[in-house]
Amino acid sequence: MAITVNLPSVLAAHTGGARTIEAAGRTLGEAVADVAARFPALGPRLRDKDGKPYPFVNFYLNDEDVRFRGGFAAPVQDGDEVTVIPAIAGG
Amino acid sequence: MTQASIASPPLTARPLRCRSCGAESAPAPAAICGQCLGPLDPVYDPERALPDRETIAGRAPSLWRYREWLPFDGEPTLSLDTGFTPLVDAPALARRLGVGRVWIKNDTVSHPSLSFKDRVVAVAINAAAAFGLDTIGCASTGNLANAVAAHAARAGLTAWIFVPEELETAKVVGTSVYGSRLVRVRGTYDDVNRLCAQVADRFGWGIVNVNLRAYYGEGSKTVAHEIAEQLGWRLPSAVVAPMAGGSLLTKLRKGFGEFIAAGLVAEKVPRLYGAQASGCAPIVRLVERGGGELQPELPRTICRSLAIGNPADGGFAARAIRETGGWAAAVSDAELVDGIRWLAQDAGIFAETAGGVTAAAALALARSGRLGPEDEVVLCVTGHGLKTLEAVRDALPETPVIAPRLREVAALVQQ
Repeated sequence: MAITVNLPSVLAAHTGGARTIEAAGRTLGEAVADVAARFPALGPRLRDKDGKPYPFVNFYLNDEDVRFRGGFAAPVQDGDEVTVIPAIAGG
Repeated sequence: MTQASIASPPLTARPLRCRSCGAESAPAPAAICGQCLGPLDPVYDPERALPDRETIAGRAPSLWRYREWLPFDGEPTLSLDTGFTPLVDAPALARRLGVGRVWIKNDTVSHPSLSFKDRVVAVAINAAAAFGLDTIGCASTGNLANAVAAHAARAGLTAWIFVPEELETAKVVGTSVYGSRLVRVRGTYDDVNRLCAQVADRFGWGIVNVNLRAYYGEGSKTVAHEIAEQLGWRLPSAVVAPMAGGSLLTKLRKGFGEFIAAGLVAEKVPRLYGAQASGCAPIVRLVERGGGELQPELPRTICRSLAIGNPADGGFAARAIRETGGWAAAVSDAELVDGIRWLAQDAGIFAETAGGVTAAAALALARSGRLGPEDEVVLCVTGHGLKTLEAVRDALPETPVIAPRLREVAALVQQ
């Protein structure tokens, strides 16, 4: 088993059309780095050149906003589901 | 002349540009930049002809009288009667706050669903029509749910509406009565919002505050346009507005700026002040910290219409506040209930919880010296009090019950 990463369709162009990909790592940051290494066009859309998350791009770990879990430092394990969602406000 | 040339040109939506990286894209039901995932805004033709004061004043009393600043080419076809709510002079409120003058922009009487969300939905539903969408929807804390349901019903569109499970009765009933598909989600608004981002992506519906957001948000600017016109083509020195996602603050600034650029008003953009409930005040805290990243919060307040812990426009709202010389204030639930009561007693306007937050925040800003006797202040009161009776019901004095006898009335009069 691995970590499952769900992408919005706007990013699927950078994964050959796949909206769900697998990743490996002990933290969310490592999993994102793994994805970035395998899909070079996707990497810069998930994190900035310093490896930090963008304010516009939210990551959810098993449906919880990772900013409540330490951001990219949040520990992840096999079977976890990470969902990438662009920040959108409402009301 | 042929029939085709007599008919109005079909409505088309304007192209889009990324607020973050500047990349342009064709008109589409998309709110996210394909390059960098930044938010998209509509692009206007800088060469377009703009109306003068007299032309605007001669148009029908709706938000479409400012249509050159709304993101379409051609004539809108739906929700033509929304907007142009009263701007109410409130001298008793000015005395309470100790400021020169107070007006209330009274969107409690917005048509058709009694909140300012009618404005954004009027614009979004025309975008849906321009894109040929037959289903619209939203993630909502209640007011937007009411608006989407009402506007969709009369346009004959299907509506899928997602709200947090815990919501005021009036906001649930006031949505499902229109025949919409109302879904209550176990979680906070932020959970609902995330779900709707996935729903829009999966089903291709026009979720007004997700993939139609670039167009939807422009409707909020008309609050600023109307304030300018209703003050006799001039601007107040300060505006206080509630903040949930933070969009209204940014659109007020844009709307005032557009009228200054068009030469319709001469003043500078008013100082913009944002109001939140202290149980969910991530934007206020960002302003108080002086910048940096917004820290999301888990909402704990009776003001559900402002309970967005992760406001995507929060950073932009904080910047609009800072750059116009304004500030932000958070108030407790007890203070917001007091605010509802004295807004009603001073101005005759019954507001929902967000209006109480705005009024109480204005008082806090005045007491701290940020609003003063030289100020002319507009308070944006954005939704009707009948939607949130639960908030204020228990705070009101008990009503006497009497027999139908004159002496019992006389006894009450003598008390």
